[in-house]
Amino acid sequence: MPAPELWLLADSRLPTGGHAHSGGIESAVRRGLVRAPDDVAAWLSGRVPTAGLVTAAAAAAACALLDSRGDDPSALVAREFPSRGDGTTTGPDWEPWDAAISARTPVAALREVSRQQGRAMLRTVRAAWPHAAVTGLGTRPHQALVLGVATAAAGGTPTDAAGLAVHHLVGQVCSAAVRLLGLDPLALAGVHARALTAHGPVVGKAADAGTTAAGAAEADLLPTATTPLPEVLAVLHARSEGALFAS
Amino acid sequence: MLHRLDELDLSGGAHDHPKPGRAVRIGIGGPVGCGKTALVAALCRVLRDELSVAVVTNDIYTTEDADFLRREAVLDAERIVAVRTGCCPHTAIRDDVTANLDAVEDLVERFDPDLVLVESGGDNLTATFSYGLIDRQIFVIDTAGGDDVPRKGGPGVAGADLLVINKVDLGPLVGADTDRMAADAARVRDGKPTALVSVRTAPIPEIVDWVRAQVRVTA
Repeated sequence: MPAPELWLLADSRLPTGGHAHSGGIESAVRRGLVRAPDDVAAWLSGRVPTAGLVTAAAAAAACALLDSRGDDPSALVAREFPSRGDGTTTGPDWEPWDAAISARTPVAALREVSRQQGRAMLRTVRAAWPHAAVTGLGTRPHQALVLGVATAAAGGTPTDAAGLAVHHLVGQVCSAAVRLLGLDPLALAGVHARALTAHGPVVGKAADAGTTAAGAAEADLLPTATTPLPEVLAVLHARSEGALFAS
Repeated sequence: MLHRLDELDLSGGAHDHPKPGRAVRIGIGGPVGCGKTALVAALCRVLRDELSVAVVTNDIYTTEDADFLRREAVLDAERIVAVRTGCCPHTAIRDDVTANLDAVEDLVERFDPDLVLVESGGDNLTATFSYGLIDRQIFVIDTAGGDDVPRKGGPGVAGADLLVINKVDLGPLVGADTDRMAADAARVRDGKPTALVSVRTAPIPEIVDWVRAQVRVTA
């Protein structure tokens, strides 16, 4: 049984600003590259094992850096990263992990999107999990790091963090496809479900890579992969007029 | 017991007063074409010399409202920010206010304003702001949109801190009875104020004074 608070992190109703992002698909839809549910599935088959893998591995690593393996995340985080006396805890040095994610996100437009969403999620995490080890993340961290920290605070594992990262990428794309193309939401629920099953191995791979990197304290061990077309489309999207989604 | 929607009072005690020393945030909502942007422009023109003002717009799919305000030069261009709402203007002002909060916080950090106006994307009669985003909200309706709208009530008409019935000059042309609109509004609004105006053709001192009063609370 997963930690109960993890359901909250899986819920798209958690107010983290995700509803205003399309996972890159708006730019593809506008160019006629994605028109039907099968196209959405194909888009995900390109994106999840690449950019999705990187994000999921980074989230898993962030979670592993704080992994408490117990029932009281706050106590165990405090044990691993001693209390400062003012009630705050110190945390890992996030800078190398932040830099590693930037290095694996080729275009500036998507680095900015990641930081926008990280800032938003940080606000939510502070409200929902006040004990979360957010110290040192700064004001605009990459979203994957905040997701990993939130997962640890909610009592989850690195595999949970990787799974959540993939779930939200898939969910963002599917829900945007419904709104942009008027597709049948039931058909897209099917696409979402099948994508989570099909890309289960990506979650496992990301969790392993993230845990290994965290264990070795080597951010450079995070996986490296992307798909060029969505990166280019993301740049065009950021420059476009009349876009409905922020990305 | 379930309340009828038009009996819900959004302003009743569930949210804090504006915080002293902090910019007052006023949300301006209402259906498409009711005159939200014209109201924002009018407020900026009158108040910009006495208050530091900034604006966030929530166009549904363009930056047209923000562009209009910049073109009209009601404020310095950098004090007007547009956010994208992913096809869901009401989500962005109520259920997940993240994008708007980011925009407001950036404006506050940059300009330390007295007043931030957050204009929603045109939506429907149920679209209201979360008090997690704003301190007070104005709901705008259009006389030409039907004189039965106040009678129908709904969260915007019944619950907003100020209801603005705009374009009353069109009443005779479209067969709308503005006296009846005012009476119906009074009936569902439980003492909260309603202003009948024609933003584009006449001054709006009552709305300006109401906004001033909200800002004064925190001064």
